Amino acid sequence: MSRASLLGLRLLAREWRSGELAVLLLALMVAVGALTGVGFLVNRIGQSVALQANEVLAADLRLESSQPLPATYLDEAVRRGLETANATSVLSVVFRDDLNQLANLRAVSDTYPLRGTVGVATEPFGTPTAVDSGPPRGEVWPDSKLLAALDAKLGDTVSVGAATFRISKVLITRPDQGGGFGELAPSLLMHADDLPATRLLQPGSRATYAALFAGEREQVATFKPWLAERKQRGERLRDVSEASPQIQSAIDRAGRFLSLASLVAVLLCAIAVGMSARRYVQRHLDSVALLKTLGATRAFTLTVSLVQLLVIALVAAAVGSVIGYLAQEWLLRALQGLLRADLPPADWLPFGLGLATAVALLAGFALPPLLQLSTVPAIRVLRRDITPPKPAVWLAFGPAIAAVVVLIYWVVRDWVFFFGFVIGLTVFTAVLALAGWLLVNVAGSLRGAVGVSWRYGIANLGRRRAESIVQIVAFGLGIMVLLVLAVVRNDLLTDWRRSLPADLPNFFFINIPPTEREDFFAFLKQRGAATSRELPMIRARLTELNGKPVETIEFVDPRGEGYARRDQNITWQAALGDDNQVVAGRWWSEADHGRALVSISDEYQQGLGLSIGDRMTFDIAGEVIEAEVASVRKIKWDSFQPNFFVVFPPGLLDELAGTWMTSAYFKPGDGRVISELVRRFPSVSVFDLDDLLEQVRGVIEKAVLAVQSVFLFTLFAGLTVLLAAVQATRDERRYESAMLRTLGASRSVVLRGLLAEFSALGLLAGLLASTGASIAGFFLAKQVLQVPYEFSPEVWLVGTLGGAGLVAVAGWLATRSVLRQPPATSLR
Amino acid sequence: MTKDIVLEAQGLCKQVSSPEGTLTIVQDVSLQVFAGESVAVVGASGAGKSTLLALLAGLDLPTRGRVLLDGEDLSALDEDGRARLRAERVGFVFQSFHLIPALTALENVMLPLELAGRSDAREAATLALDHVGLRSRIGHYPRQLSGGEQQRVAIARAFVMRPAVLFADEPTGNLDTTTGARIADLLFALNADSGTTLVLVTHDRTLAARCGRSVIMEAGQLTAG
Repeated sequence: MSRASLLGLRLLAREWRSGELAVLLLALMVAVGALTGVGFLVNRIGQSVALQANEVLAADLRLESSQPLPATYLDEAVRRGLETANATSVLSVVFRDDLNQLANLRAVSDTYPLRGTVGVATEPFGTPTAVDSGPPRGEVWPDSKLLAALDAKLGDTVSVGAATFRISKVLITRPDQGGGFGELAPSLLMHADDLPATRLLQPGSRATYAALFAGEREQVATFKPWLAERKQRGERLRDVSEASPQIQSAIDRAGRFLSLASLVAVLLCAIAVGMSARRYVQRHLDSVALLKTLGATRAFTLTVSLVQLLVIALVAAAVGSVIGYLAQEWLLRALQGLLRADLPPADWLPFGLGLATAVALLAGFALPPLLQLSTVPAIRVLRRDITPPKPAVWLAFGPAIAAVVVLIYWVVRDWVFFFGFVIGLTVFTAVLALAGWLLVNVAGSLRGAVGVSWRYGIANLGRRRAESIVQIVAFGLGIMVLLVLAVVRNDLLTDWRRSLPADLPNFFFINIPPTEREDFFAFLKQRGAATSRELPMIRARLTELNGKPVETIEFVDPRGEGYARRDQNITWQAALGDDNQVVAGRWWSEADHGRALVSISDEYQQGLGLSIGDRMTFDIAGEVIEAEVASVRKIKWDSFQPNFFVVFPPGLLDELAGTWMTSAYFKPGDGRVISELVRRFPSVSVFDLDDLLEQVRGVIEKAVLAVQSVFLFTLFAGLTVLLAAVQATRDERRYESAMLRTLGASRSVVLRGLLAEFSALGLLAGLLASTGASIAGFFLAKQVLQVPYEFSPEVWLVGTLGGAGLVAVAGWLATRSVLRQPPATSLR
Repeated sequence: MTKDIVLEAQGLCKQVSSPEGTLTIVQDVSLQVFAGESVAVVGASGAGKSTLLALLAGLDLPTRGRVLLDGEDLSALDEDGRARLRAERVGFVFQSFHLIPALTALENVMLPLELAGRSDAREAATLALDHVGLRSRIGHYPRQLSGGEQQRVAIARAFVMRPAVLFADEPTGNLDTTTGARIADLLFALNADSGTTLVLVTHDRTLAARCGRSVIMEAGQLTAG
């Protein structure tokens, strides 16, 4: 080790003993702690949300095909240490004595389900008990509708194909029942090994073979691309994003919020590091000048500073990461009662992230001032007014900006969001700097108009122009990002609460014949069930796009294939639902009714690669209708209202209306009403969404918890970072307050002066931060999280008063030790 | 006392630009200082004494003219070269002491020894502090020491390297009369013991009178020898 490095370490150790490093280390450790703590929380809660979401698939990954799947997929998965299961479904008629019903047989292996549980009961529509697997061999579990249709009870025997089975339980829920209406037939769960005995699987039989996979996140993440590359045409790979748009939407938004929180932590960290590095340089100007006077070369002093900073960075990163880890562990333990399931252990990733961020930020923020520090001329020992030559602007700010920009991209990984964020941040920083400049100028002219304390405080602002501007920018940014997080969190939670009220429709009724429509709705009304919209439902098949048969079109988006091949449920509707938003084109007016127009959902539009004005041809019960795409809608699937990909205006399909559908809310325990309804309207298909709703509620509850806890954690960390940042400005005030007291000012006059200065700083920073936060919150809510923005005047109140109070208290905490010391100590 | 010249200024000029135009702080100063000699540079505040000291010690470069320190032309060396020369042959005592606040008295004195890579830094520094009568306070930080004690530490730090030339800039300027007199006694005693050449800048005529020779600085020029 070189002499300079050794001396650097020795000086560092001595500075540590003297307490000199405490402030810098504290700021850095809190910053790194905040960053890693948020990182850990985001990582663990994100994983947990995803795990819960995967229950919708009964697995983490699911591969489906109409042909038997080759064993190689499962073998490879087992080799990689993943769990696997099989689920085969086939349509067949189930017989009990002289009654029969078409049912969807689901033959599952022992390990099914890999995620989630199967809910069973002893009576139809009963309260389910969770079990970890399907029925044993020789037994079957029909669902309530099948049981009702067969008029069967537990212990009865049913025949399926060539085999007979005993009914041992009623199937109430299974994790992968989905929210779609593709499966109109009731279900029967049986053991996979019993399937051959039924002899139902013949060449050409309409079966769906599914392979289920689950495992550790990394295992799944590496297996998915392997499988995606090898899967054959016709084999469909699904993860949660496809299985449940409602849950995916909640996860996405929670994920974005968590990214935002990470970003806020990064920025707070940057502020703390920037302020601390500044202070470090200021405090070492004299020491470096002295070292040079005593004969140290420039390279020597640079090495000394670099070694010191490197050690500080490593210590701060290591200790800070541990603090972050312990803080989030403590928080999660405190919240344990609220969590439904154990959280998965944290990855080690956030540790690396904390370390990398600390080093990147320190390098970006501290290197330029350090390089500048090494250029301080030795003559400063004789003339204190001599400072190092100012470096070029790009050298002073370039590395810091580069570090922050790289970190922002690393966190958001989305170019649009990234550019928006960076541009917004730049503009806001410029506005803050400009406002700071204005303040220090206006402050000068105010001096005569206020009392002695304020005059002293405000004069300080004007005199230390550069420092005042830097502080306004730092505090303003810090307060702003915290306020943004608060605003966005509020919008997100409000939206979630609104989207999942307690009386959300939990039953869907499909295939209501037009002849029974009036009776059916009267029945619902008598039983006190609140219904939502009533919509006609027509089966249709897409045949041509812009005159070209769909069979001849190669779709880039894999979803397109599915949309084009399968039968589609379509509807007609006059008014646009409030859970639908037109993102292109326009919704029809009354004048358009009866015209050949069509409105499609954005998934559908992307899948098929359509634009406004494109022509779509449908075969509707033998009748061919060509319509022009008039609008594209973004559907909020988590509204749980009946929604269709394809909607026509009224007056075009009225004659074709095959059946009707609606949704309604039934209280838990209304099972008998449903049984009655099934018997009275046998042709109506009933979908019990309670379990799906429960799944979505579970995910959203977790997401809410994630958002709340991460928000609180970030807020707390942010306040600590700001406190530490104020500490960094302490030295500047130490000498002056001592001087004032020497001149006869009482401690309270000096204190009021300091408070005046800090409050003015905080007030302005808070005011600007509130404005910035409202604007940023609006864009984030609209563009990134897709939730309605709610203007809240409290932001201004909290931001401005809170900013002034926070900075004043922080300033008081930082400088009270100065006030306690006899003035001579500071003047010496 | 030998008659070797250890420090020589030849036609030194220092100009700085200011909002009011170019200011000449040091104007055509020539000076020879012999080994073991003690020279006082006296003059009123603002006469350019400290600037001259900075030029003589190589802390700053002249606009014109040159300084030869122990035969080496300071203008011919770069900043690092001048630093190395200072490390080997120059010591400083300042008006405001310039101790590093985070280091104890002992560590402050060890600093130049450590910069020179001396392995006996601790022993030598302890001895030096012993010489200035601060043996009992070696573990104290500057803020725990009085002004006089801080200046003793600074003197110990200056002498511990046994420099060829010691530059002192108003060494008693921040001290009361009694303490100042004691510090001056110490400075001259150590100077006599070690045979170091002393260049002392002061406005205090009494202090200057203790030097072998005085030069007077007035408006940037040496007016009398």
